[in-house]
Amino acid sequence: MYTQALNTSEGDDRHIEDATRAAQFQARIDADERIEPNDWMPAAYRKTLTRQISQHAHSEIVGMLPEGNWIARAPSLRRKAALLAKVQDECGHGLYLYAAAETLGSSREELVDAMLAGKAKYSSIFNYPTLTWADIGTIGWLVDGAAIMNQIPLCRCSYGPYARAMIRVCKEESFHQRQGFEIMLTLCRGTDEQKAMAQDALNRWWWPVLMMFGPPDQVSQHSDTSTKWKIKRFSNDELRQKFVDATVPQAQFLGLTIPDPGMKQNANGNWEYSAIDWDEFKQVLAGNGPCNRDRLAARRKAHEDGAWVREAAMAYAEKRRQRSALQAAE
Amino acid sequence: MATPNIPLWEVFIRSRNGLAHKHVGSLHATDATLALQAARDIYTRRGEGLSIWVVPSSAITASDPSEKGMMFEPAESKIYRHPTFYDVPDEVGHM
Repeated sequence: MYTQALNTSEGDDRHIEDATRAAQFQARIDADERIEPNDWMPAAYRKTLTRQISQHAHSEIVGMLPEGNWIARAPSLRRKAALLAKVQDECGHGLYLYAAAETLGSSREELVDAMLAGKAKYSSIFNYPTLTWADIGTIGWLVDGAAIMNQIPLCRCSYGPYARAMIRVCKEESFHQRQGFEIMLTLCRGTDEQKAMAQDALNRWWWPVLMMFGPPDQVSQHSDTSTKWKIKRFSNDELRQKFVDATVPQAQFLGLTIPDPGMKQNANGNWEYSAIDWDEFKQVLAGNGPCNRDRLAARRKAHEDGAWVREAAMAYAEKRRQRSALQAAE
Repeated sequence: MATPNIPLWEVFIRSRNGLAHKHVGSLHATDATLALQAARDIYTRRGEGLSIWVVPSSAITASDPSEKGMMFEPAESKIYRHPTFYDVPDEVGHM
């Protein structure tokens, strides 16, 4: 059930830490049982998941902005319809994820306000601009490709509502990656200029996409407990490697060059990439990426511009409620 | 913000294969009409269903997870409620 409102009675003791309950909880995780909203859980598990799921939801919503930028400028009706459908999906994914986060006890309003206040983060990748149509192809192919790589293991995450939301999201995402690759393929089979545009987009997105998997394993803050709690099934570096290995042959098929001259295939068949510029990642996370201010300003404006709609809908519902109460009393 | 929180609804969808309505997720809406419209947009973008129910989350009474044992264990020992409990000779064929 996707609701936080059930079974919260006076004297609710679910939040009280207790060694026996913590041990029982870990035993359930170890036995691959799913944890559901009304089950007892350690406060730190609740906090970690609220942070992760809400950040994931914010990412879906902010992720609509770079692509929304191209809906009105898509090169054909077919591309426009597909991009519009994709952006609608991202909105839907954000909503499934907010609902999953809310089951942990925070309200939608609190979660959204934390993002608008700049207190909650979203994926660093959406702070990069979409300069050409090839960026839309690259986002579908690589950004959605990386997201799928991250999200598939989350379908088996220990928290039931998150796992169920991810199953739905993953089913819908595969169209996103394919539509992106198709855009790239069309450009790469087009004129020299079109192919150069595709290469330019790959050059700009490649490194930020590798950063999407998060800091390297030695320095990742959240990995240990998340692994113990089966929120995370693979490490950042494992997923990044898996992504690189899957992507290199696709780039070769397109006839594009990955912007990493030092990249080489090792004896195990894995593609070894050069050092990632983690300073850039930190800068973008700290709010100094190319579009951080624009993205937050756009979200705040949308939220403020929609305030009257939310207020009017609430007032209308209240008026109807009062009228039917009055009729019932007559 | 002074505005009260927008109520939560649970969404149930009956798929085309004629099975019962199944819980698919939840959403926020100020009234039932808007909840139905939002459910259509959020949960049926790919022809997932032919019928939608929306129910205020506050109207659902759920069993308490801590009483799981008391609720469901009594059924576990009653294996005679399952067809496999009964021996039917192979010669009789499918039954």
